[in-house]
Amino acid sequence: MNAPIIRVFAVIVVLFALLIAWTSRWTVFDAQSLRDNPLNARTVIDEEKIDRGEILADDGTVLAKSVPGPDHTFTREYPTGSLFSQTVGYSFVKTGQAAGLELSDGQYLRGVNTGISAIIGQLGGAAQVGDDVYTTLDPKAQRQALQLLDGRDGSVVALNLRTGAVKVMVSLPSYNDNDPTAPCGAPGCQENDATQAQDVPGSTFKVVTTTAALDSGKFTQDSVVDGKSPLIVSGVALENDGNQDWGPQTVTTALTYSINTIYAQLAQDVGRATMTEYMKRFGFYSRPPIDLPPKELGVSEPWTPATATGRSRPYAPGSPNEDIGRIGIGQGGLLVTPLQMAMVAAAVGDNGTLMVPHLTDHVVNPDGQTILTVKPLVDDQVMKPSTAQAIGLMMRKVVEEGTGQAANLGNISVAGKTGTASIGATGSNQTEPWFIGFAPAANPQYAIAVTIDRTDNGYGGVVAAPIAAAVLQTLRSEQHG
Amino acid sequence: MTARNRELVGLIPASLLVTAGFAGVFIQRSNALSNISLTYGAIFLGLCLAGHMVIRATLPYADPYMFPLVALLSCFGIVMIYRIDSTYARQQAQWFVLGLILFAATIVGFRDYRKLERYRYTIALVSLGLLMLPRLPGIGDQVNGAYLAVHIPGVFEFQPTEFAKIGFVIFLASYLRDTRQVLVQGRRVLGVTIPPLKHFGPVLVIWGLAMLILFALHDVGSSLMFYGALLAILYVATSRVSFVVVGVVAFGLGAWYIGAHVPHIYARVQEWLDPLSAKLYRGEADGASSYQLANSLFAQAAGGMFGQGFGQATLTIPGTTSYLLPAPSTDMIYAVITDELGLFGASAVLIAYLMLIARGFKTAVLARDSFSTLLAVGLSAVLGLQVFVIVGGVTRVIPLTGVTLPFISYGGSSIIANLVLLALLLLVSDRARRPA
Repeated sequence: MNAPIIRVFAVIVVLFALLIAWTSRWTVFDAQSLRDNPLNARTVIDEEKIDRGEILADDGTVLAKSVPGPDHTFTREYPTGSLFSQTVGYSFVKTGQAAGLELSDGQYLRGVNTGISAIIGQLGGAAQVGDDVYTTLDPKAQRQALQLLDGRDGSVVALNLRTGAVKVMVSLPSYNDNDPTAPCGAPGCQENDATQAQDVPGSTFKVVTTTAALDSGKFTQDSVVDGKSPLIVSGVALENDGNQDWGPQTVTTALTYSINTIYAQLAQDVGRATMTEYMKRFGFYSRPPIDLPPKELGVSEPWTPATATGRSRPYAPGSPNEDIGRIGIGQGGLLVTPLQMAMVAAAVGDNGTLMVPHLTDHVVNPDGQTILTVKPLVDDQVMKPSTAQAIGLMMRKVVEEGTGQAANLGNISVAGKTGTASIGATGSNQTEPWFIGFAPAANPQYAIAVTIDRTDNGYGGVVAAPIAAAVLQTLRSEQHG
Repeated sequence: MTARNRELVGLIPASLLVTAGFAGVFIQRSNALSNISLTYGAIFLGLCLAGHMVIRATLPYADPYMFPLVALLSCFGIVMIYRIDSTYARQQAQWFVLGLILFAATIVGFRDYRKLERYRYTIALVSLGLLMLPRLPGIGDQVNGAYLAVHIPGVFEFQPTEFAKIGFVIFLASYLRDTRQVLVQGRRVLGVTIPPLKHFGPVLVIWGLAMLILFALHDVGSSLMFYGALLAILYVATSRVSFVVVGVVAFGLGAWYIGAHVPHIYARVQEWLDPLSAKLYRGEADGASSYQLANSLFAQAAGGMFGQGFGQATLTIPGTTSYLLPAPSTDMIYAVITDELGLFGASAVLIAYLMLIARGFKTAVLARDSFSTLLAVGLSAVLGLQVFVIVGGVTRVIPLTGVTLPFISYGGSSIIANLVLLALLLLVSDRARRPA
């Protein structure tokens, strides 16, 4: 009976080999897809056991930290609450929610276990500890911008125009990071309006038109254009503010007093191709290269009018159907983000060099070593330095003599451009006031864009300019003190 | 070195394992380093030594490797159970004491185990009765749709299949020893020997029984285990592959029919086929829930090649006491082992079982009479199949059924019955290896 016994044993050996083969399948071959399976609660629990790093402001204020929970897990806490809500974002592993820097800097905040520390970590059961992310954000200026918005929906973006470091990023309505699911009283309060709002830029866009007009060589700041009103643009009458007929004026004067009809002619004369080219150099038509999650970034570009049959959609860049005259004054379906307009001001202030905007300054690992320092990076040379300097002088004049005089406060010299975009139905007096600018005018350091979503007949020069000037002054004084 | 000294030396790996294992768990929960928990290891090793002394005194020639292998598996089990739930570990240790008493009683009481043959029909009937107990109203206990346990609240709970499997092996070994000659003398039709119905009848009864277990108890695992043992003994007794082929086909047809018509088993098959379906996972499909099987796979994936280390696996949902993987100390213990020790640790456990089973078959080869041979084959096969059924269920080789992992899973019935099974194997071995 020996041979059958050995055969029976052989069958059992085969069965056990099957067991080992299947165990290998789950532990090795299919392991990754099982770990990634959305049904797998372990993935979430393992994530909860990571002691994520802190997010800090430029003065060391803790914006996000991990606090120990039950069974070696951690949860996130945001000590500054709603101060930096959209920018810092949140990370709630249990519900799978993440946004803002918490999401885009996740790889640093989670940390990586490699080499010796991974082995020791496994033996001792120590938690995976993430790296601390130091941001460029300035809590004092941020708080001031929030205060000055005074509860009105709107955005403020300020950056160091020499480096691209974002110092202020305010978006109202906002919410409390500690409880992103709580109702915040306004729809879309989790949206980062500073980077994804689709706003009509109004006259602030004239800085872009000026750039195209001057840098292309078709005009100079002293070229004279007829500022009559109304002017027929694309078959429809375009009026200056108050239907004022300015007569022949220089381009400088046209910017100082924001003369619409002159700018419509500038844009038309420069032409679609050149306008589109300069818009692209400023960053229009693509997502801004900032270190935030792509889904939280909006593209600035002109949109087709919504019709009864079709929804509004972006024009193909340089499309012959767009109303380039009206786009030249920041209307004509043009929709932008406040960040984009701050980048416009920054490029002019930085001799025509646009820096890549960034929020992450440096990353420090748990051993205290700085493992990453974000270096200033040039995005594009938008215009010749001479053009930038000429436009800078023109923008200074806007504040000194023109529509932006309200930005003339304190001991800081601001160069800027106002905007008062008509929004809502024709004939309504609903406006979106804007101010973009930089300071100090002689040696620019900081650029800013301020907008308030909706006012009744509020002018950019009245509503937005003082906010911009105050925040610029705070940033400037901090730099010296 | 004598066989018994070899056995004593063989206990060293078990002692090392129990020391290292408990130390690992202690490091993980540094606050739990109390005298009581430290003595667990010592007590358990003491019990293993006591078992060794019983064998030394009564079975001087018995196989020297079986007991150390069982000690190794049991020590491994107690560490795993302690890591999962320290209360269970204390109870398991108590069951182990009772198991060793019955182990010693079996060895002493059945020194001449061949007298078991005289009671084969009684044993068969008692086993059958035991199997049907879980269907009895009042004491029967349905777990996940299968009738696996007898439960008298506050008194005791036991799993009769653990004991019934030994009874059936004894019956089959004894019966087939008598009839193996006549079974192969039937008429041959199309090259297949058709044995006389009179003799083959009882074998058919076992087939019917396996089907009944499936049909009445909804227990795929036990059915497979019993039937596999039957085929192993039948094949060794008759050397006829045709019997095995016919047997496998008959079982396959029956299982297929029942699988399609008994809702509980149908559900188990659905879970087995697609455990990662979101609908099955959430239990939204009619009567089926693949939550346990899917989490078993997730636990194994978390273990990877080398595992997360003793005491490192995630067992509960943080902040709660509910297990992420249901039944971690019983049915699912293999998944927890894989989670903590990885593919290597789990394979080591399987190889330890395989070595134990190999010693069982070696005993069958050495045995000098047919009954001893068939008994050793049956006991070894049933042990191997039990491991296959539960580990196969946990690793999704076959549909999942709740049988225990012998010597490792938490559970009194399992530990006692398997120690009795070991006692029988050692008895056969002692007789087989005794110098003539």
